[in-house]
Amino acid sequence: MSGNKYKSTSFLKEVEANVEQGDWVKMCMQCGVCAGSCPLGNHWEHTPQKIFMMIRAGKRDEVLTSDAMWMCTSCYNCIVRCPRELPITHIMHGLATYSKRLGLAPANNPTQKFAELFWKNLTKKGRVNELKLGIALYFMNGIGEGIKTSLKMKDIGLGMLKTKRMSVAEMFGGHGVKDKSGFDAMLKKAFEIEEAKLKKFDS
Amino acid sequence: MTEVIATNETILVVGGGISGMTAALEAAETGKQVILVEKRAYVGGRVSQLYKYFPKLCHPTCGLEINQRRAKQNPNLRIITMAEVSDVNGEAGDYSVKVKISPRYVNDNCTACGDCGRAVESEFDDEYNYGLSKHKGAFLPHKNAYPYQYAIDPAMIGTDDATKAKEACKVDAIDLDMAEENIELKAGAIIWATGWRPYDAAKIQPYGYDRYDNVITSVEFERLMDQAGPTGGKLIRPSDGKEAKNVAFIQCAGSRDRNHLTHCSRICCMASLKQSTYVDEQFGDDADVSIYYIDIRAIDRFEDFYKKVQANDNVKFIKSKVASITLDKASQNPILNGVDTEGYHRYANQHDLVVLAVGMEPSVAEFPITLTTNSNGFIEADDSNGAIFGAGCSTDALDVNRAVQSATASALRAVQVVNKVAKAEG
Repeated sequence: MSGNKYKSTSFLKEVEANVEQGDWVKMCMQCGVCAGSCPLGNHWEHTPQKIFMMIRAGKRDEVLTSDAMWMCTSCYNCIVRCPRELPITHIMHGLATYSKRLGLAPANNPTQKFAELFWKNLTKKGRVNELKLGIALYFMNGIGEGIKTSLKMKDIGLGMLKTKRMSVAEMFGGHGVKDKSGFDAMLKKAFEIEEAKLKKFDS
Repeated sequence: MTEVIATNETILVVGGGISGMTAALEAAETGKQVILVEKRAYVGGRVSQLYKYFPKLCHPTCGLEINQRRAKQNPNLRIITMAEVSDVNGEAGDYSVKVKISPRYVNDNCTACGDCGRAVESEFDDEYNYGLSKHKGAFLPHKNAYPYQYAIDPAMIGTDDATKAKEACKVDAIDLDMAEENIELKAGAIIWATGWRPYDAAKIQPYGYDRYDNVITSVEFERLMDQAGPTGGKLIRPSDGKEAKNVAFIQCAGSRDRNHLTHCSRICCMASLKQSTYVDEQFGDDADVSIYYIDIRAIDRFEDFYKKVQANDNVKFIKSKVASITLDKASQNPILNGVDTEGYHRYANQHDLVVLAVGMEPSVAEFPITLTTNSNGFIEADDSNGAIFGAGCSTDALDVNRAVQSATASALRAVQVVNKVAKAEG
């Protein structure tokens, strides 16, 4: 998809068409309860309230390259309190997915990196391999830091091994779903649907 | 035994607040026979609990006095207090209504001398003051009550205090054996004016109305200003009696919120603007008022009032729906947390006292009969309701002015029905 194609038209329409639950954005009445209720509020570049206003103001690049929606921890405080019942958490995740799909997501955002690791890990066997995921996460920011984190967490790791919450065997292959080819077919189909949806809006 | 003469040319008014009284008086003054039943021990309803009206800032006692005099002078109007409708049968022009009358334990001999009140010790929560104070077991509901008679709290019956009250009465007005009565009466048309109740503020969990002493509702704030009220007319806060100079108002507390009441309660903006003048009245330049709002809905002629309050430097307007209230334990000050919409500034503001401008909920949820209502529970003007007409806040969230208009309209509708009955009977 081209980056600037909507700039002259409406970013709100683009969001409504491409972002999960994006058609809710126009319902925001800018009361500010979501912004005030967010436990991570101080650390966001833009609060949900502000993001919704920016979408309506057509600030496409600012919104899609922002790390704001990647900060959402899915605590659901905003959804519970929103006087108009906007699914704010879902919209945040929808925006994050969309920005990632366009390649606009901030490259070094840890949430985004983790999401990618998780997805890769999951799609390989159809089950999450916790041992591999954990290790990949520790070494996400380089070998030095990876070793440091591993040493810090070693007691917890050993404890998990002892209580059989984790198995060293997972390192070699690991467990997966019974019907791997069925799982792959399902993912393929999902991708096709996504692509078709994008194309439909493109034309 | 309560004797009531009623025919199918009688108009029954349910509820004796400002709307019910207006409807009853308007109908009675056209020469119709009217019976008004009121649940409380006195008429006047929630208006009698207000300190001032907006926008003129006059005292409701004045208007109520006029209505009470009209009621006293009119032989066509019969008022029955402590009475509730329990069932309605029939159709337009021919209703049969069951009314339950709770015992007052005081008869018409009462001169309101107050001897019984002085004779008893026991005290109970005073509903008139929204539980902010207590009244004696034998009490006059409020200083301007109509009928001007004492009542005995049913919780005191059977105790020594009840006997003491009876013995103290010189005019033989106390009858401890009074029992609940159930009467049945005829009516041609019924005006339903059961009014509203404040939305239960404790349901708005993040605001901590049930956790923090210094978070109160707008209706409670009105009671603080009454000279005969729980604080003797002083704006002091509940936790420590400190003067409440720095007051915050939170608008849309329960209104315009799909988690609570979906409708706009329409009066709360003007109520808070009015109440900001109370703080000004008591503390002058020391007053420090903050109004947190989504948008101020001061419609048509109220705009002038809004402008006047805006011009006061001691009143700040903060465009933001407050997200949550926490407590500064040392000072007992509530802390308001949120982000404002004009600039997205994060704030955590301390105030002496926080007033929640609670929404209006119809009390028609407790209907003994089926009526066609809208999605918010207010009575619709619908043919399916026959000759049962809503009046005032049972039909919508209304201020006093509009409630009175609605009541007059309902009186006219009811008069038309009984006129038809009279014509048919020749």
